[in-house]
Order: sequence, then structure tokens, then C-alpha cells
Amino acid sequence: MEEQTLKVQKIRNGIVIDHIPCGMALKVLKILNINGDIGSTVSLVMHVKSRMGCKDVVKIEDRFLDEREIDKIALIAPTATVNVIENYKVVNKHKVELPDEIVGIVKCMNPRCITNQREPVVSEFKVISKNPVILKCKYCEREMGVEDIIENIL
Amino acid sequence: MFKGRDIVSIKELSKEEMDIIFEVAREMLPIARGERKSDLLDGKILATLFFEPSTRTRLSFESAMHRLGGSVIGFSNPSATSISKGETLADTVRVMDSYSDVIVIRHPYEGSARLAAEFASNPVINAGDGAGQHPTQTLLDLFTIHQEFGEIEGLNVALIGDLKYGRTVHSLAYALSYLGANIYLVSPELLRMPSHIIRELKEKPVETDKIEDVIEDADVLYVTRIQKERFPDPTEYKKVAGSYRITSELLNKAKEKAIVMHPLPRVDEIEPEVDYTKHARYFQQAFNGVPVRMALLALVLGVV
Ligand SMILES: [Zn+2]
Repeated sequence: MEEQTLKVQKIRNGIVIDHIPCGMALKVLKILNINGDIGSTVSLVMHVKSRMGCKDVVKIEDRFLDEREIDKIALIAPTATVNVIENYKVVNKHKVELPDEIVGIVKCMNPRCITNQREPVVSEFKVISKNPVILKCKYCEREMGVEDIIENIL
Repeated sequence: MFKGRDIVSIKELSKEEMDIIFEVAREMLPIARGERKSDLLDGKILATLFFEPSTRTRLSFESAMHRLGGSVIGFSNPSATSISKGETLADTVRVMDSYSDVIVIRHPYEGSARLAAEFASNPVINAGDGAGQHPTQTLLDLFTIHQEFGEIEGLNVALIGDLKYGRTVHSLAYALSYLGANIYLVSPELLRMPSHIIRELKEKPVETDKIEDVIEDADVLYVTRIQKERFPDPTEYKKVAGSYRITSELLNKAKEKAIVMHPLPRVDEIEPEVDYTKHARYFQQAFNGVPVRMALLALVLGVV
């Protein structure tokens, strides 16, 4: 079944980000800073029909993720799972989870927010809704939805 | 409950806490009027950090501090200080914090009071940050209504005029709704209350563009100024400007006990004749800034 749903060949080492909400795969690549000259194989399947409806899948060879990157994925693809592959086998599989507070990985969209001035603070947001994701700036109280978050990811 | 506390946003105060503030403010009234002397804050220093001018707010804080026997340092013109040389707000706050016991800050950027509160060890009171919060204005508005009616729950409050840009009406609407008032929003189409503010209200408010729709029901008419600059077309402005004018004739249709409020300064939203009617409360409201700020200063400094 796996073969059938993924539609692309297995990778030797790297990660498979599965269950990305439909249409969000390119944005996941964007926030991971994966563009044309990455040097390893990236495969991407969009609009995979599954029992749950529709999903995107991204496979990246020879690339692993740190905590910060996983939090970023959680922000725009809260349903995603990250599978770590070693020697064609899944050695670690976990669901991304959005923390209750987001510190330092998104900048506030409000240009008049004090955190966007030259001050010694990192941006901080309260997660006020996880699905859809809505963040509220701890300083200026401005709320940001998914589209704004993608634009302002650091 | 209040000692050492920052007053940054009205949303952080519960109904019980607001009641305490009002109760202390009521006790402060004779001192605020100068009928009784007080040395409650003797030896305490208030630092007023006004990064943009707001003379009334600053003077009412200064008056509050002086009435309680404390003293005031600060600035109202940042170009005369090191801030104009590019010092961060965080640094200015840390220095001023070491010179004083409580800080009042007014700043053009949103969230600056929260930032100041993080860097100061003493309490910080927000006196307006950008388009953000101005909790002491909201408290004095609520105190004025409370003084008049005893209870805010169940009152019909009409917010009239520029509801889009008027910061005072944003936090006031939130607080009134939290305290159980019924809210009527009266504004021209162009200056309607932003939807993200309406979303935060407990009940969906009644929205209209005519004062006539609410005049008979309202207990409070809270009027704000409509600025000409907000209108792309001056003839559009002329059309609406007159329709939001409170006249004594209009007030003939109002409830016997209805009151008219305004954050001041007014231009021509309220006809001068209204000053002499039993409905006018805007000067009382402006004065109430002093006892309410006295109460806050005394509470966060832990002397009451
Ligand atoms: Zn912000």
C-alpha cells in the first residue's frame, strides 16, 4: 500500500515528510530553504488521494531536520509526520506537534510592532488555535494566520 | 494582588480587579480635588517616558503623583534625549527604572509597553502604545460609567463616530462587552469598527450609521472625533460630519439619565450647549483620569 500511495521510489537515507495538507508541499520546501541547487534528490508528490482525503508528500535524500525546522513544519503543516530513513528503513517516525508558544522562528507581521525595531528581543507568539494555525504576538497582540506565517518565517 | 504589577493591557484585568481599582479611585476623589492632603506616595518617584506627545495623559499622571505626595521625573520630548542618538527602548527603560519606583510609558510602536515591562524591575503602566492598548483611558471611561450607574452589566452603550482608528473605543468596546454591557456601534461605513475587534466581543453588537437608531435606547453616548483626513473625498466628509453631532435638541429624545462622554479634545461633535444639560459628563470624565491614575499608582506601589 505504501508503494502505491507514495508513487515515487524509496530513498536510501533522508526524510519523508508525509501527511502534509494538500497543496502545502511547495511551502514546506520553501521554509526548509530547499531550492534549485540543493545537490540531493528531492521528490514531491502533491494531491495524493488517500482514505483521509488528500495529502502531499515530500522526500529529501541525505537531509535531516533539527527541532527548529520541525516546529516550522508544524506551523504550516500541523498534520505532517516526519519519517527518518536509514538504509531504506524507517528508523524514526513522529508526528509534528505545534508547541503552545512559538519563539524566534516567525517574525511579527506588524511593521509597527516593537519587535520589528532595533530592540534586543526575539519575537514570541502564543498559539491561540492549532487548526487552523493562528498565532498572537505577545507584544503587539496582532494575530497571524497561515498565509501571514509563511510570509514571515525566519 | 497589585503590588509590583505591570498595567499593560486592559485584557489582563479581571472584573474583581477593576472593582478594586474603582473602589480605591472613589476613595481618592477628595484628594484628587485637593480637598484633602495625602502623603501616601511620599518619597516615591514616577518616571514618565513620553516618546510621543500626549500632554493631557502625562499631566494627569503628574497630577496624580503630586496629589499623593510623590515626585515626577521624565521627558515628553525624546529628541532632547539620547533616544534620538539611537538608544534602544530596552536601554532607556533600564536606566530610567534605576532612577524611579514606577514607570509610565507612551510610545508610537505597538507592544512597546510590554517590552518595557520586561526590562524594568519596577511596575510599568502603559499610557498608550501605537494603535495598541491604552488601559488607563479605558479604566477612567469605565469608572465614569460606574460612578453614574453603579453597575455596567446590562447598560446600553453607544460608541459613536470614528470606530476604525479610534484606539480608545477599541479597548473600551472589549472591556464593556467583558463586563456585560450591550454595545451599539454608530459610525459611517468608512469608519466602522474593525472586524477583529468585533470578533472579540461576547455578543454581536448592533451596527448602524445613524444616531437616531440608538438615541432612545442608549444609557451612554460615547462620542469620538471624526477626522477630516480620514476621508479620501472632502465632500464625503461633509456629508457625515454633521450627522454625528450631538445637539441639545437630539438629546430631548434621549433617556432621562443618559450621559454623553467624549475622550476629548472635541471639535464640533458636541454642541457647546450640551455642556449645560444634565447629560454632559466629558469634563467629569477627563477629571476622573486623576483619581483612577492615583488608584493605579498607589496599588502597583503597594501602599493601599
Ligand atoms: Zn507584534
